[in-house]
Amino acid sequence: MTYLVLDRLSKKFGEQIAVDQLSLTVGRGELVALLGPSGCGKTTTLQMIAGFQPPTSGSIALEGNDLAAVKPAQRGLGIVFQSYALFPHMTAAENVAFGLEMQGIARAERDRRVAQTLALVGLAALADRFPRRMSGGQQQRVALARALVIQPRILLLDEPLSNLDAKLREDMQIELRQIQRTVGTTTLLVTHDQSEAMALADRIVVMNQGRAEQIAPPHEVYERPATAFVASFLGRTNILQLCANADGVQIGDGRWPMATTAGPATASIRPEKILFAPSAQRNAVSGVVKTRIFQGNHWLYQVDTPTGLMIVIRQNTGEAVPSEGDAVHLTWRSEDMMLKVPGEARA
Amino acid sequence: MKRRNIASTLISATTADPARVSPYLLSLPAFLLFVAVVLVPIAMTVLLSFHDWGQYKGIEPVLILKNWREVASDGYFHEMFLRTFRVALLVTLLTAVLGAPEAYILNRMRPPWRGMFLLVVLGPLLISVVARTLGWALLFGGSSGVINKALINLGMISAPLPFMFTETGVVVALTHVLMPFMVLAVWAALQRLDPQVENAAASLGAGQATILRRIVLPQVLPGVLSGAIIVFSLAASAFATPAIIGGRRLKVAATLAYDEFLNTLNWPLGATVATLLLLALVTIIVGCNRLLERRYAEVFR
Amino acid sequence: MSRNGPLALAFHGAFVVFMLAPIVIVCAVAFTPEGYLSFPTQGLSLRWFKAIARYPEFITAFWASIWLGLVSSSIALTVSVPAALAIARHDFKGRQTLTALFMSPLMIPHVVLGIAFLRFFTQIGLGNSFLGLVLAHIVVVFPFALRLTLASAVGMDRAIEHAAISLGASDMVVFRRITLPLITPGLVSGWALAFIQSFDEVTMTVFIAAPGTETLPVRMFLYIQDNIDPLVTSVSAVVIALTTCLLVLLDRTYGLDRLLIGRGRDEA
Repeated sequence: MTYLVLDRLSKKFGEQIAVDQLSLTVGRGELVALLGPSGCGKTTTLQMIAGFQPPTSGSIALEGNDLAAVKPAQRGLGIVFQSYALFPHMTAAENVAFGLEMQGIARAERDRRVAQTLALVGLAALADRFPRRMSGGQQQRVALARALVIQPRILLLDEPLSNLDAKLREDMQIELRQIQRTVGTTTLLVTHDQSEAMALADRIVVMNQGRAEQIAPPHEVYERPATAFVASFLGRTNILQLCANADGVQIGDGRWPMATTAGPATASIRPEKILFAPSAQRNAVSGVVKTRIFQGNHWLYQVDTPTGLMIVIRQNTGEAVPSEGDAVHLTWRSEDMMLKVPGEARA
Repeated sequence: MKRRNIASTLISATTADPARVSPYLLSLPAFLLFVAVVLVPIAMTVLLSFHDWGQYKGIEPVLILKNWREVASDGYFHEMFLRTFRVALLVTLLTAVLGAPEAYILNRMRPPWRGMFLLVVLGPLLISVVARTLGWALLFGGSSGVINKALINLGMISAPLPFMFTETGVVVALTHVLMPFMVLAVWAALQRLDPQVENAAASLGAGQATILRRIVLPQVLPGVLSGAIIVFSLAASAFATPAIIGGRRLKVAATLAYDEFLNTLNWPLGATVATLLLLALVTIIVGCNRLLERRYAEVFR
Repeated sequence: MSRNGPLALAFHGAFVVFMLAPIVIVCAVAFTPEGYLSFPTQGLSLRWFKAIARYPEFITAFWASIWLGLVSSSIALTVSVPAALAIARHDFKGRQTLTALFMSPLMIPHVVLGIAFLRFFTQIGLGNSFLGLVLAHIVVVFPFALRLTLASAVGMDRAIEHAAISLGASDMVVFRRITLPLITPGLVSGWALAFIQSFDEVTMTVFIAAPGTETLPVRMFLYIQDNIDPLVTSVSAVVIALTTCLLVLLDRTYGLDRLLIGRGRDEA
């Protein structure tokens, strides 16, 4: 089941560490996302797998074979570059056919597969058009088709959707997922967009400063973040510094009974897990609504509390909601709150 | 087999990794060419300036300062170089004062006028300088010059305007010949400007004159200055135009060197004039470029 | 952007007249039916154009210029391609110095180059030879070829080459099928600009061209030194006509400003 294995992969540029001991196993047919802010090493990792950057240490093995000895032209990978990198002097069909040409595939078979793949990405009508006459979304599909038609062992996607506008991006996310599921190619996706990673990936590798902070399915990464970085990078979260007692935590005027060690701790609670209690209660912290923003399907609140500014997200169900300046009581379930005591890996 | 390897090695160096074959190999042909055909001849010329020369003995390969002393002390040479740089300065000023506004006006035109007039203004750059200078000789040459004849016939002047063999004539003709360089430099600077900046200033209440003075000019100035450097060095080293318009009577540095080399045959002295010209220009160009970079680097990084 | 006012347009008009007057006058005088310089004329005549045929030295010089231009710009371009690719794609020690060296002919006065070449070629026995002339012209047009080749190489998205490699292309295939086609427009215009520079070059050439290898500008220049008559204006008119055609062609296909600076009038 292990198709691609990265073993303690590292890359240093002079003194600067771009990738730090990254270990990852990818199963056949899996879509794994490398997610992180710019400079976290995700693109460098991709370049090492593609062969355009030699690793400083560590190894990359594909189907059990070490890739270090294999030249980039022979690795059999399909790459979609961030800028698409289409050949401007060739039509869409010629672009897609190029890889097959390099493999020495006969004309008739080439044309058949090109037509098939262009149809797969929905561009059958644009086969004879040049890239400069295409929209960004169309170019992106040509790039995808070009990478898929060669039936690559692994598909590498470098921020494939970052150049598209928001609505198109969302549509393409769904399509990309469907195509990948249909074709079944093992895929590695590099992105800085957490919603994209969560939408597309079977597993997410959250990277920060060259290191993998968590490798887990999207749901787990979101609900049970391993570190504060992961918690704040995926979705929004409220990070509260507080002091815990042996039997629970005190936040403002609210108490949450939990089993924990006494001392300073950090609590994180997702904004959508916070409710407005109808009146003051024991496990509710009181505050005043500072800002309220309407976002269509939800409301976003900034609430002033004794422990600082807290963000609350409530679904727009049509019910009455607090307004700016209102006094509110914020409550949540103990199990939705993640407590971290310094020195412990996870609470 | 060996040839194929070299070719593919060279090709490799142009594609993927920097880790591949060195760029030194790629630049080697051009480098060798330049060392052999540029550096060596220039070095030889400088060396030549130290040689001795006599009308009967020809060039004597010794190392003496005779030519340099002559150039340094003889008032004739001072006058030549003074004239050369005076002409160059005037030409630079004229091209700046006339060329910069023209570039600005061109920039504000809409296509197709813009492209058309750009062609008209820049095109002459690629037309033979001899042909262009000939045109000036035809326009103002003595009493048969077209303009002179017309003005005399109209009764506006009684004698032809002096042009040929005058410094004014050389300045005017050189201004024409070198104008495209200035327009080009300012045009290039203007292309880098964000057109919205002018609109922003207008929306904040600035009048047209203020916008020109406070917004456009400061941004265009580096372009004007780099154009000025180019025009000055080309004007100071100009040959064909001063030779045709100035003739034998009005020499500049370049025509002086030509004279020494091909008429008097005193090569060492000619080499001295040439070396001096080269040194002066390189100093001025490099110095001004440094100044330019330092003062304007922050704005345009 | 606001339009140009009447004052600006008047200035512009005068400017254009200033730029075109000498060129127009040369062409106009060339059509004179008289045996001497005269303008305006009673009619148009081609007599001075036909007269060119009686001066074979102009025709020889014309072909010498063409031949010289073709050879020197072609060689300069060929040598500039690897140099441009090296400079554009690799950050190596001495890159700045090397680039400055290659661009130096732009900074060295042509009169100095002419003298230097005269001395150099005479010393090594290439004096008054076509080969010497070619070498000199290659060096002088090289910066123009290099600048445009460089602009092409820099302007190319490297990821495109990586894409080709990832699809299995060997280095030779990448160069032949991808790199070369994409930088060719820059190469062609670089070649054209180099050719024009060589064709027009007079200052340096006048030092090293011998009676047998004279180029057209040199021939015209020497002729003018003796006298100015309609013959040289008709020759000039022909040169102007040919150059203008080439100019317009270049502008249409590439853009004159892009040719001379590197960036076009509508590009950011």
